[in-house]
Amino acid sequence: MNLALRDIRHNLGRFLLTCLGLGLLLGVALAMVGIYRGVVEEALSLAHGLRADLWVVEAGSRGPFAEASRIPGDVREAVARLPGVIAAGGVTFQTVEARHAGGPDAAPAPEPGLAEDWVRERLGEAGRQRIGTVLRLQVVGYEPDRPGGPPSIVEGRGIGRGRREMVADRGSGLAPGAMVEMGGVRFRVVGLTARAVSTGGDPVGWITLRDSQELQFRLTPPAARRAQQGGGGGQPQDTVNAVIARLSPHARVEEVAAGIRRWKHFAALTAPEQEVVLTRSVVERARRQIGLFTVVLLLVSAVIVALIVYTLTMDKMREIATLKLIGAPDGSIVALVMQQALMLGAVGFAGGTTLLLAAKDAFPRRVLLGPEDVGSFGLVVFGICLLASLLGVRYALRIEPAQALGG
Amino acid sequence: MRAPLVELVGVAKGFGEGEARVQALSDITLSAMPGEVVGLRGPSGSGKSTLLNLVACILEPDAGLLRLAGETVWQGRWAPGDLRALRREKIGFIFQFHNLLPFLDAIDNVALALTLNGVPLAEARRRARDLLDYLQVGKRASAMPAKLSGGEAQRVAIARALANHPRIILADEPTAALDSERAQVVMDLLRRVAREQSATVLVVTHDEKIFSRFDRLIGLRDGRIETETRPSTAEDV
Ligand SMILES: Nc1ncnc2c1ncn2[C@@H]1O[C@H](COP(=O)(O)OP(=O)(O)OP(=O)(O)O)[C@@H](O)[C@H]1O
Ligand SMILES: [Mg+2]
Repeated sequence: MNLALRDIRHNLGRFLLTCLGLGLLLGVALAMVGIYRGVVEEALSLAHGLRADLWVVEAGSRGPFAEASRIPGDVREAVARLPGVIAAGGVTFQTVEARHAGGPDAAPAPEPGLAEDWVRERLGEAGRQRIGTVLRLQVVGYEPDRPGGPPSIVEGRGIGRGRREMVADRGSGLAPGAMVEMGGVRFRVVGLTARAVSTGGDPVGWITLRDSQELQFRLTPPAARRAQQGGGGGQPQDTVNAVIARLSPHARVEEVAAGIRRWKHFAALTAPEQEVVLTRSVVERARRQIGLFTVVLLLVSAVIVALIVYTLTMDKMREIATLKLIGAPDGSIVALVMQQALMLGAVGFAGGTTLLLAAKDAFPRRVLLGPEDVGSFGLVVFGICLLASLLGVRYALRIEPAQALGG
Repeated sequence: MRAPLVELVGVAKGFGEGEARVQALSDITLSAMPGEVVGLRGPSGSGKSTLLNLVACILEPDAGLLRLAGETVWQGRWAPGDLRALRREKIGFIFQFHNLLPFLDAIDNVALALTLNGVPLAEARRRARDLLDYLQVGKRASAMPAKLSGGEAQRVAIARALANHPRIILADEPTAALDSERAQVVMDLLRRVAREQSATVLVVTHDEKIFSRFDRLIGLRDGRIETETRPSTAEDV
């Protein structure tokens, strides 16, 4: 005869209500875990997407994401000639406020799930209605046929030889055929990628390196432009933010990097080094902020579970005293309290997880939850419930059988 | 010669400290034999419940000697051993307020006492039903305690107290919630159990209508035994 279960069944409504509240709280805590994972994932998303084995940047900088880096575009040839390097390409990065400038009446092809409805509702059925909408884009300039392009096209095609073409991420809400205006120049969206975002979560748009250099030039204030050009004409320079290199599988990355570091004016970062820079530096504060908040939420959950279990036990004071009076051993009383705490945690966890998994795509930034995240969160909740029930257990064990007597 | 099941020698019990100290019981010496139904009467605050709770090992005496079923349970301190196991196996306790577990139906309230003693659940339920039938509340076996009348609940509680065939049955005003007819039924039942199982029954009561049902009636006043009578009309059932 399981007393914990029987007591819960007797007060089912109240138990479920408590579970609902705890479930919401645990759902929020789990959301924080997902947001945390999402921030890290998004920070690495672009670097991963570009599939660089080696980043060549300005000497003394840890660019191009963490710090500004400007190097001459022709460095790519020098890098490409190094033994072990298969291909090298110059890339530029700039964050641009682009303007939607019309295009086919294609409905946006946004993220799957809830977001789809959300975008439809907000942006209307036709692309036409979105003319003038400001889009924040992370624009990547690259040379077609060299490293630096979009990882994979999920709709439309890649950038051809022609100019003023763009491959944009689906997250921008742009559809193939749409026109985008940046720095007074119009680009036609020819293809889409999925889940390519900047470290800040902005969707990425790829254009050719030449277009991007022109754009960079146009977006620079005239005074700065003159200074850069040494007062000279109106032509953009062949400057890039980084050169990315792919190595042959047999090449030793460290050796190639060491070779580049010996060159004056340049620094080299391997892919793992870039990852460290991205997670430890670029999103460090966001990561710590969210991490800390997750811990706070878990502590709050622990306190709340402890309070709930404590009150549940206090409400059963008389029954527990009666159990002791009719000779129930301490073990069965501890089991009663702990099992209820665990059932509470289990139902709350299941509810919170279901809720979050259903809602996670509605978040503006990525909420990333793998089975292992959910699994370890479940273990943490289990531990919290066990710990939190100790207070109730202590109370239950201190109840005197004599407390069953009297009115 | 048969040995007494309940034996108290010079037992005292007080509550509180200093000014607020209340001497609830002083120098209580009494013993009760198997098959005997003993009544405890006296004005409110005279120490009846305290005496019962001492015998149930719910309260610890301050002085004296307490012996149950031939074993010394308290003399200066508790004898080594599991008090709760002792209560489970030797003592049946009937409360003034029935104290049924609100989340178990009538039959499981009784069966629980049996499963605590290691009886398998199915067997425990079968025996619980027999007991409820015997106490004429079999029809209410699957009712929750909140849905039982005072008399029904009290009889379920009695069934629970009797489930493990305890040698010592303690009842604190078991008939307070019952009409006089039901009260007589309960008393008859306790007498029958005492006879059939050679158990000792100790009953605290205010109820003059059932005084005649006791083998012996002990009167308490201010924590001392004042009178001891043998109601002559007591008869076997
Ligand atoms: N836990 C306790 N703490 C302090 N004093 C107590 C406690 N229990 C009983 N007393 C005191 O001990 C005395 C005897 O109490 P007891 O409950 O045994 O009386 P009683 O004869 O059962 O009375 P009633 O007929 O009202 O039930 C009373 O003065 C009471 O106030
Ligand atoms: Mg009393």
